[in-house]
Amino acid sequence: MAIRTRMSGNEAIAEAIRQIDPDVMPAFPITPSTEIPQFVSTMIANGVIDTEFIPVESEHSAMSAAIGASAAGARTLTATSSAGLAFMWEVVYVAASSRLPIVMALVNRGLTGPLNINAEHSDSMGARDSGWIQIYAENNQEAYDNMLQAYRIAEHADVHLPVMICQDGFITSHAVENISLLEDEPVRRFVGEYHPEHYLLKQGEPMAVGPYAVSNYCMEAKKAQAEAMIRAKKVILEVAGEFEKLSGRSYGYYEAYRLEDAEYAVVAIGSVCGTAKDAIDQLREQGVKAGLLKIRVFRPFPGEEFAEALRGCRAVAIMDRCESYSAQGGPLGAELTAAMYRAKVQAETVNIVYGLSGRDVTVGDIRQVFADLQSLAAGEKTFEQYPYIGLRE
Amino acid sequence: MAALTEIRWHGRGGQGAKTAALLLADVAFNTGKHVQGFPEYGPERMGAPITAYDRISDTEIRVHSNIYEPDYVAVVDDTLLHSVDVTKGLKSTGAILINTEKKREEILPLLGGYQGAVYMLNAHDVCMKTMGKYFPNTPMLAAMVKISGVMDTEVFLKEMEESLAHKFAKKPEVLAGNMAALKLALTEVE
Repeated sequence: MAIRTRMSGNEAIAEAIRQIDPDVMPAFPITPSTEIPQFVSTMIANGVIDTEFIPVESEHSAMSAAIGASAAGARTLTATSSAGLAFMWEVVYVAASSRLPIVMALVNRGLTGPLNINAEHSDSMGARDSGWIQIYAENNQEAYDNMLQAYRIAEHADVHLPVMICQDGFITSHAVENISLLEDEPVRRFVGEYHPEHYLLKQGEPMAVGPYAVSNYCMEAKKAQAEAMIRAKKVILEVAGEFEKLSGRSYGYYEAYRLEDAEYAVVAIGSVCGTAKDAIDQLREQGVKAGLLKIRVFRPFPGEEFAEALRGCRAVAIMDRCESYSAQGGPLGAELTAAMYRAKVQAETVNIVYGLSGRDVTVGDIRQVFADLQSLAAGEKTFEQYPYIGLRE
Repeated sequence: MAALTEIRWHGRGGQGAKTAALLLADVAFNTGKHVQGFPEYGPERMGAPITAYDRISDTEIRVHSNIYEPDYVAVVDDTLLHSVDVTKGLKSTGAILINTEKKREEILPLLGGYQGAVYMLNAHDVCMKTMGKYFPNTPMLAAMVKISGVMDTEVFLKEMEESLAHKFAKKPEVLAGNMAALKLALTEVE
């Protein structure tokens, strides 16, 4: 039986953690993810779960401790945001290259400069080449559902990679909304027990984790890691399929909303997608063939599938909640347009930067994007290479 | 009641405007609604102006933006009337609720010519008579339920009694005062 309740995105993640009951959680608090280690340590103190919480003195230590715990054979978790992830940087790569199935609950917040605490994707996008799988949520429901699927993907024998479960800081992490939870027992059966094949504490199998790799072998290790990321694509869909049987909720690499016959499409990640759906419904009532491609999986990047979903569109707005200072646009814009080029998907594209540092995005803003796409497709308007929306005049 | 009701709360950090918004979402949820309760965070600190929002709907809520044209506005601290444009975007078919000890004729000139209904509540008085401590969000929550009609006030009181009994399981002595504050606010708001 589904449990109808209401909670914030951070509470939803904590509820998933309670049901998963992981072995070890090293964490250091940082806004807006602070509540996650706070809720987890409360549950531990109350005897609800028996996770070993390691209070550390920095995020670098949090990820280092997570690597140690995971290498030892423990199902391991951490949570962070923004500068916290940046401070983990060196060891974030080590977690992935050591093929450790750590899960990170990431509450997206902009990287500092200027200092700000609000939603932006620059933290996770900065880590996009670190070798972590990245899965994004539109709302609290998806954050919960993605969290429940994370270990099944990370620990899969074909994958052995760490997973970031991302949601927008404050917009979903601190908003209380309706949610449908699963009961504990079915969740525990779905997630399963963790029995790693190789781990540091395994008797009779001495091994090293993270040693120096000479040039004669290092490149092969990297290729093997890249192959695992490619194999993760299949596993992500298999796990989503099993999760649908459990929950009735369907997940894939993306969600296509009214996209099948769309002439104009917005492509975006995270909480803005709900706002876009309302805008699309309004435009459809007026006869505008508008649609949404909501990116759920950014790493691995299912470029062929994304491009195929956009094949029928005349004009596409690729929306980045992240500035990459490339003078070309944002990371989603760069990767998706490359994928569309390779797939010979010929729609006009514009790469829009929006919502930096928590700048609000309204239904009206998205409707304006669609109006601009219509002008673009009609050849009535040209655009600068990557416009910003929602800027102060 | 309309299919979607949007409410904006203005307060100062520490007065519980965010808590009031989340409590309202909570009780509305308990009556079967879809809800969204969320704060707008700036450099929050005690005493700084803060904003919080509620959406209460018969259908799923997908939009994730702030509320610019609310049906109702609650002002938890009347000193904000001098510094914040509290009636900005407020629908004239809606209403504003102000916590104040001042007289109506002192407040009206501060509302930027707002044409809709203006309700006032002396939450300080209500708190002192019932709880002996000043927690303005409790009576303001009751008054907002009454003026917005998002739920029946009897249902509201029953839901709040259960919710507060749970929240204050370790401090049951405060339950009666909180309930008395809610009930008194329902009659005092005008």
